[in-house]
Amino acid sequence: MSQLIWNGLFVGSFYALVALGYSMVYGIIKLLNFAHGDIYMLGAFTGFAVLTLGGGLVSSLGFLALLVVLVVAMLATGVFGLVLEQVAYRPLRNAPRLSVLITAVGASFAIEYGMRLVAGPNPQVYPVRLGGQAVEVLGARLTLQQVGLVVIAVVLMAGLQWLVMGTSTGRAMRAISMDPKASLYMGINVNKVISRTFFLGSALAGAAGVMAGAYYGKIDFLMGFIIGLKAFTAAVIGGIGNIKGAMLGGLALGMLESFGTAWLGGQWRDVFAFGFLILFLTVRPTGILGERVTERV
Amino acid sequence: MAALRATADDAPQGGRPRRRLGNRGLALLGILVAVLAPFVDASDYALSVMTSALVFVMLAAGLNIVVGYCGLLDLGYAAFFAIGAYTSGILATRLHWPLLATVPVVIAAAVLAGIVIGGPTLRLRSDYLAIVTLGFGEIIRITATNLSITGGPSGIYGIPGLDVFGIDLSGPVGFYYACVVIVALAVLAAARLGRSRIGRAWRFVREDEDAAEAMGIHTYKVKLAAYIAGAIWGGLAGILFGAQLTAISPQSFTFLQSALILMAVVLGGMGSTPGIVVGAVFVSVLPELLRGAADYRFFLFGVLLIVVMIFRPQGVWPSRAAERLSGRGRAGTSEDPEGAVQ
Repeated sequence: MSQLIWNGLFVGSFYALVALGYSMVYGIIKLLNFAHGDIYMLGAFTGFAVLTLGGGLVSSLGFLALLVVLVVAMLATGVFGLVLEQVAYRPLRNAPRLSVLITAVGASFAIEYGMRLVAGPNPQVYPVRLGGQAVEVLGARLTLQQVGLVVIAVVLMAGLQWLVMGTSTGRAMRAISMDPKASLYMGINVNKVISRTFFLGSALAGAAGVMAGAYYGKIDFLMGFIIGLKAFTAAVIGGIGNIKGAMLGGLALGMLESFGTAWLGGQWRDVFAFGFLILFLTVRPTGILGERVTERV
Repeated sequence: MAALRATADDAPQGGRPRRRLGNRGLALLGILVAVLAPFVDASDYALSVMTSALVFVMLAAGLNIVVGYCGLLDLGYAAFFAIGAYTSGILATRLHWPLLATVPVVIAAAVLAGIVIGGPTLRLRSDYLAIVTLGFGEIIRITATNLSITGGPSGIYGIPGLDVFGIDLSGPVGFYYACVVIVALAVLAAARLGRSRIGRAWRFVREDEDAAEAMGIHTYKVKLAAYIAGAIWGGLAGILFGAQLTAISPQSFTFLQSALILMAVVLGGMGSTPGIVVGAVFVSVLPELLRGAADYRFFLFGVLLIVVMIFRPQGVWPSRAAERLSGRGRAGTSEDPEGAVQ
């Protein structure tokens, strides 16, 4: 039982990190960024490249090295997200919504198969593996590294929360999500703030990618597809566009999956999660913390 | 206007031939090309490529109802394709029904699935549908992989060929011509539906949902109707797919498949019947022509989607309504050579 809860929390913190970027971008420009899961994949591959280049030096340092790699990967994916927004989404800012959605699908495709061209179709083995010694706490087996990863996730989320609620950029972001036009009149540089939002969201996804790579030990170019869907599910469960909601939704989805897997068997895990998405949209489309999501004029 | 197969090369000339030929002329030309194609090359390989292209045209026609006419993005269209293929495959192999008898069951199953997925999501913002359908596609694929009645990961094999009232159409040539007839009817039906009363309602909803609602259109019902119509087309195409390959497995119904169908519709021109036929033939035949460049193919498709959306959102062969859709608040339409012609 407590093992299930721990597993749920652990997986849920990954989901929450990816869901945050989804939710932030949606909150601010009402765009479902399908490529978001692929940015998570890019993060994992950036970490992989840095670790491979660093060679033995890095891998001998273990967990500390991972922190450095994490920061590098976050910067790289952040910049990538920023460029993606400028190249693919900005020209379509005022276009019909269908065009933007299709562009996002195209971006996702291009990133996935672009990475396949670079890294090949086969899964890569991560040079740093966080196996670690398991300790028993309240009947659940957990490793120090797992705890470390959850702590990193919590620190990142707390940092984001501070950034959004406590800084002027954060205030600008919240203003734009309420009314982009009025924000523009009030002297907010809307494009700059949107760029920053993409940077932040992508960086968080990149961090989750490195963590997942280090933990599961294997990465491939399609790893972002399912996680992107799951992150969206988490964002919807929490209430899309809502930052606390995304965190809560991620944890909730992690828990649901953990118990669902124990109950139905591992092969039904994804069906269970997406079934929940459909159920949630039927019963409470606004999510746990969200507001009205139906079309507004 | 089924199977405008050879016209892929003519497509860049866009609007002009349409003016001269008219829709009926184009349709006859397309059917003529499809009928005569086996006389050029009737090897088993060529026939199988052409038959696959026809099935793909049917899928594109179905998705065009949802995406092109009604403006709803469906990213799990392969799910309906899978539902059709599996329903008819199971009935044909386990209960030994003839394929023709499975048609009503497949339609019922597709409608049911359309209601289950479309029902809750179409009430929400339309972009929710995109991602829910994406999840639905995965649900169907994983379910087919895990259930024993669907044959698990290896799927169903030994699906019988088509047999219409005692005439055996299971050989490659017979099946090809059967597909020409069926797909031509399906494309024609979709195009007629697009020009009917409900078709106008679909376009209206796509252009401006609030205005449509204000004009007395029950937008939810209209959207659900489009979604269900798309589901039926997809399911029926699934029957053809199973009959052609005699075996189906979950690998045929991945997100990739859904994305390729979408690609055909978007490249050809959303809402434009000749456009999507050309697009579907192009997308399905291209891999056969570019065997060597398989690695680059999907990458290029992705880039192409972005480029098309930014510079030419109406596709290579636009329908006139689609041009109006894209003209709103966009530069780029003026640089387009066809716009000048028209």
